[in-house]
Amino acid sequence: MKEIKRYWHSLCCFWSSSIAAEFEYPLNAWVELLSVLGNLAGSIFVLKLLFGNGVALGGWSWNGSLIVLGLYTILDGFTTCVLQPNLSRIVNHIQTGTLDYVLLKPIDSQFWLSTRTVSPWGLPGIIVGFCLICWALFKPSSSINYGLPSSGALLLAAALLIASLAILYSLWFVLAALSIWFIKVWNATEVLRYTLVAGRYPVSAYPPALRLIFTFVLPVAFLTTIPAEALLGKSSSIWAIAALGVAGICLTGSRLLWNYAQRFYTSASS
Amino acid sequence: MKWAWRVARALITSQYALMLEYRAEIILWALSGVLPLIMLGVWSGSGAATAAGISAQQLSRYFLAAFVVRQFTVVWLINVFEEDALQGRLSPFLLQPISPLWRYLTAHLSEQASRIPIVAVLLVLLGIAAPGLIWLPSAGAIFFGFIAIMAAFLLRFLLQLVLTTFCFWSEKAAAIDRLLMIPYMFLSGIVAPIDTFPPAVKRLAMATPFPWMIDFPARLIAGEPVNIALGFAAITAWCLLLLPICHLLWRAGLRRYSAMGA
Repeated sequence: MKEIKRYWHSLCCFWSSSIAAEFEYPLNAWVELLSVLGNLAGSIFVLKLLFGNGVALGGWSWNGSLIVLGLYTILDGFTTCVLQPNLSRIVNHIQTGTLDYVLLKPIDSQFWLSTRTVSPWGLPGIIVGFCLICWALFKPSSSINYGLPSSGALLLAAALLIASLAILYSLWFVLAALSIWFIKVWNATEVLRYTLVAGRYPVSAYPPALRLIFTFVLPVAFLTTIPAEALLGKSSSIWAIAALGVAGICLTGSRLLWNYAQRFYTSASS
Repeated sequence: MKWAWRVARALITSQYALMLEYRAEIILWALSGVLPLIMLGVWSGSGAATAAGISAQQLSRYFLAAFVVRQFTVVWLINVFEEDALQGRLSPFLLQPISPLWRYLTAHLSEQASRIPIVAVLLVLLGIAAPGLIWLPSAGAIFFGFIAIMAAFLLRFLLQLVLTTFCFWSEKAAAIDRLLMIPYMFLSGIVAPIDTFPPAVKRLAMATPFPWMIDFPARLIAGEPVNIALGFAAITAWCLLLLPICHLLWRAGLRRYSAMGA
């Protein structure tokens, strides 16, 4: 209990100091807001094109696809908030040898590396994503009016969203931790950002081969499609359990990999 | 003339050697350009392309060509330049009797050259995974496609150069470039063939430089009917418009450069 309190206190210190630092650059707020809105407008435009002749996309209705897009926007905001500012720095720590100091601190190194900073500029994405989901659920003119999901469906969706955040975090952390072996791979995490774009569309919209890849190799399906299904009240319990299981496996995997990777860290300049 | 040739050769060979050092990264960069292939997956599953009069084969050829075009028109000038300017690494380059821009340009060309084997392997793997996908374009399509890719790259380079000169005034110019990426993403034809756009949006897109960077070379390679003369004329016109702007901004920016960190 005391440990948790200590970590909580550290987290508060980390985040208040980094938010104060971020507000030194107010221009960033506008750039981020514009880029979130621009990306969303573009994505909705492409979705409109895909729905051009009224055929549903992989069995998904227009509103259902908007929910998937909203979840993607939330995850992207989370990436900008927490993952990008922290995990893209691991490589620098390894290159310059400052990881030594991190490992010496009396705090868990994975915790420190994953939570040291926070960037408020992902918040517009998170807020806009939630708005889009609500709008898609309640839009009165749609032929299928989903309305308010039952409290069970909401709870399940929230749990699955947390699971997808955990999966996303683990993917990022594993890629960043790999830089202990491949020091030069400084933007391996960028690759992830570009391939996860696949999560903008429901996974059933892809051909079968890609669907397999997006479920078992790069778990895009668990990131957006499965939480969206839960919100629409059409999730199957097998997939929901699988998503929670995958999240657990990913988190444990990232932990094990980090413990293993530290053995190979030989400090820079030595 | 002889001097220019010698300088160009020295720059290209040294930059190419440098790029080979980064081959692991270049594999990752190449992999991060898979968006056209992902979009091919979405589009082939939706009936919207057939509704717009595009057959399944045309669609897959278009996106595959767009994938190749995108691979060889990537520009990362602003990210490198921002760091060089902030850390003062630009200063020794400026002392040389040649504009540092040539160094960056040859770095891009060398990076593209080092991408060739990686893209070839990716295409072969794709051909093994989905045999119907790969085809051999006609000799004319390859020839004009190559020139179109180079022209599109030059246009993209100049467009980013305009923003890059902002690095002299702001520490966060790369953030502005992220905004420019949005219309590039959605209007260039990476995520959707321009022909599927509604007429009004299509007219708007064609009035911007973006469709000439991906859509035009990609359709040329895919063997679609395309007005070659118009395409090259548009790229040339945009380049001629951007060149003097770049020149003026670069000159003005250099006067402001204070060699931070040096």
